[in-house]
Amino acid sequence: MAKEPKPQEIISQINYNPPQKSWMDIPVEMKEGMFCYGAKEKSLQTLDFPNVRSWSVLEEDWKLPEKWDKIVLEGIAERLKKYRSFKIFMDICVRCGACADKCHFFLGSGDPKNMPVLRAELLRSIYRKNFTAAGKILGKLAGARKLTLNVLKEWWYYFYQCSECRRCSVFCPYGIDTAEITIIARELLNLLGLNIEWIAGPAANCYLKGNHLGLEPHTIKNSIDFLVDEIEEKTGVRVSPTFNRKGAEILFVTPSGDLFADPGTYTCMGYLMLFHELGLDYTWSTYASEGGNFGFFTSMELAKRLNTKIYAEAKRLGVKWILGGECGHMWRVINQYMDTFNGPADFLEVPTSPITGTKFENAKSTKMTHISEFTADLIKHKKLNLDPRRNDHLKVTFHDSCNVARGMGMFEEPRYVIKNVCNHFYEMPENTIREKTFCCGSGSGLNASENMEMRLRGGLPRANAVKYVQEQYGVNMLACICAIDRAALPPLMNYWVPGVDVTGVTELVANALVMKGEKKRTTNLRGEDLSVEEKADV
Amino acid sequence: MKILFPLLVVIILVGLVFMGVQEANLHLLFGIIIPYVSVTIFILGVIARVVNWSRSPVPFRIPTTCGQQKSLSWIKRDCLENPSNAVGVIGRMALEILTFRSLFRNTQTELKQGPYLVYHEEKLLWLAALAFHWSFLIVVIRHFRLFIEPIPGCLSLLCSLDGFMEIGSPVVFLSGVALLGAVSFLLLRRILSPKISYISLTADYFPLFLIIAIAASGILMRYFVKVDVIDIKAYTLGLLSLHPVIPADVSVIFYIHLFLVCVLLVYIPFSKLMHLGGIFLSPTRNMANNNRLKRHINPWNYPVKVHTYEEYEEHFREKMKQVGIPVEKE
Repeated sequence: MAKEPKPQEIISQINYNPPQKSWMDIPVEMKEGMFCYGAKEKSLQTLDFPNVRSWSVLEEDWKLPEKWDKIVLEGIAERLKKYRSFKIFMDICVRCGACADKCHFFLGSGDPKNMPVLRAELLRSIYRKNFTAAGKILGKLAGARKLTLNVLKEWWYYFYQCSECRRCSVFCPYGIDTAEITIIARELLNLLGLNIEWIAGPAANCYLKGNHLGLEPHTIKNSIDFLVDEIEEKTGVRVSPTFNRKGAEILFVTPSGDLFADPGTYTCMGYLMLFHELGLDYTWSTYASEGGNFGFFTSMELAKRLNTKIYAEAKRLGVKWILGGECGHMWRVINQYMDTFNGPADFLEVPTSPITGTKFENAKSTKMTHISEFTADLIKHKKLNLDPRRNDHLKVTFHDSCNVARGMGMFEEPRYVIKNVCNHFYEMPENTIREKTFCCGSGSGLNASENMEMRLRGGLPRANAVKYVQEQYGVNMLACICAIDRAALPPLMNYWVPGVDVTGVTELVANALVMKGEKKRTTNLRGEDLSVEEKADV
Repeated sequence: MKILFPLLVVIILVGLVFMGVQEANLHLLFGIIIPYVSVTIFILGVIARVVNWSRSPVPFRIPTTCGQQKSLSWIKRDCLENPSNAVGVIGRMALEILTFRSLFRNTQTELKQGPYLVYHEEKLLWLAALAFHWSFLIVVIRHFRLFIEPIPGCLSLLCSLDGFMEIGSPVVFLSGVALLGAVSFLLLRRILSPKISYISLTADYFPLFLIIAIAASGILMRYFVKVDVIDIKAYTLGLLSLHPVIPADVSVIFYIHLFLVCVLLVYIPFSKLMHLGGIFLSPTRNMANNNRLKRHINPWNYPVKVHTYEEYEEHFREKMKQVGIPVEKE
């Protein structure tokens, strides 16, 4: 693994002025620390992907099929027929440059090919050469170039340096969405077996075992049992979750990351406590044990294959509706793709909160509601006994997860929840939140360890905004509603803004939640002493 | 090279028509044949492009949401930035097309000592783009007075508004000046800003030079060389009625202006200038974010290979039973 540079080294290297040489004349250089390892034979095999073989990124020979260029060009032709977005985004960019400095990877690296416009031009140049009259006749003058092995490697390097966060799309006067272009470019790369292992591995796990981490059913149960013990130790309340239970009212689906590592596990404890306190008739599933979808970072087909399990399991168990946990890209898939992929979910009912009676009309067709929508509704109806003073040692800011922000538009619900469970909440600067939020630097399956330098660079704009509120208001806790954030932000904070911790929103809720029959809470879920003495019910 | 080549092409085009009209007397070619051919190519080309785009389906509903979604009744939603129905979409599209909403958000990032990333407001691009497109539109509409007889009241009104400052004779049209100013700014920005210059292609400079030449020749003709508008109107009406007559004694500057416009018309369907049609079809802007409310159908949705629950249970049955997880087959 490459040596991690010091923050000052990274900063001093960043130069937003592009080099003299035209980008077409600069061959790609695989810089260690900036890319992920290639997909393993076994993962490709499990997923029935083409060109199963073992290969290495740094080796010259990527062991491509003989007519790889033909496969790619046919792949482009097929996708031009399937996606209007692709055609339009290939054709109408005027290179106005509005997107150029909106990408976190560009801001953290200064690499011009990380400007969204150039990232798209990497593919557009090939499109022009092979699919437009001007490109065929005028060649380079029309911005066209030939598809070579170097171009393919360049694609691989830079399309796995885009986290599909859609920030550039907000600023584009035509709404050109680099995420869409990256999605299609990755589909093309996957026609040649060119995935990264950090995506292909979890996707293969998810396919066979139901979740990215590859947790088998008994391990899921054991992990949650462990959290149940933890809850009892902290609160004196024994919660009793059920698994694969037929006839439950609600199926709960969340990213498997929350079962496994801190601080996600605290959020998971939060779910368990909240649902117990409400007496919710719900079940976990070990088969549909993944809310996230690394298939979405591979191809639409794989996204659909993995997503299928959620409806299939809801049908098998006979639940009425589905509740989804805190996750970013999971919610992009659920909000914008699931019903189209695998619907109609006519065997389910419109989600209705059994506690407040609120019908979630906005989820009338997909039948799946977000935990923040669900919790905000509970709080609004005063159904939770909350003591926000228990979070008084925290000065909280909120990181909008890219996909929830720009693929859904859920801004107020989590903020409403946080403000009701915490007394100290501060917003980061306006250009770094809501629809303009910055990626954690590790989205779209790029949260491996071998590409840590790239993650730290890409996370710089987010971290820098946190640093601002840390200096201004003493913020010490970064809340989020995304499992990848919970995995990616702690090392990012540690590197750029030491002293700021990361939490899921439901963890904050659980800490403030006064449960029936609980013992006097002396610590929060992390076992830290509660700073404020609970003043005997003032 | 990226800059000089397209400039050279425009100069050659001007030279071509100059020689053709002045020396070779090709009035018929430049006055009648090329205008007809280029208008035909423009119309058919644009239709072909739009039809080609619309032939590809929109398999998924993928609006980029830039405001609060519609969810709980007591949360204020943003109908324009995150529309949940057709009315909202029309509003969002109107804002985008008429006011360049997204470009208005533009910022410029600076990395300061600290380090601090600072996002400065950057409205110049928005302002120049808006001035350019609107003045271009007004100039085009203004030209309709050469194609319609009698001139409708609204057109006369537009012309008098455009010339409200009543400077000079003939009165200076502000739109022409704004057009030339804005397009020159866009060109200078492309050349001088290192980032923009780096991403620019020959195809980005060519239309700018072409439009500058069109605007300049138009301005020259109106204020300096002064051509006879009555003659020209007789000519344009002739073209329209398919009984074209070549105007007698019109300065070559008129032919230059006309020819460059024809080049632009032919260029549009084959270039990025098709963004004028494309923006209407952009799926991230022209769709409502009501994905969970209303099912979107993918016309090419097909069955995929899945790992069924039965296969899963088959694999893990013993382990499931051991920890008391219910199974279908004991």
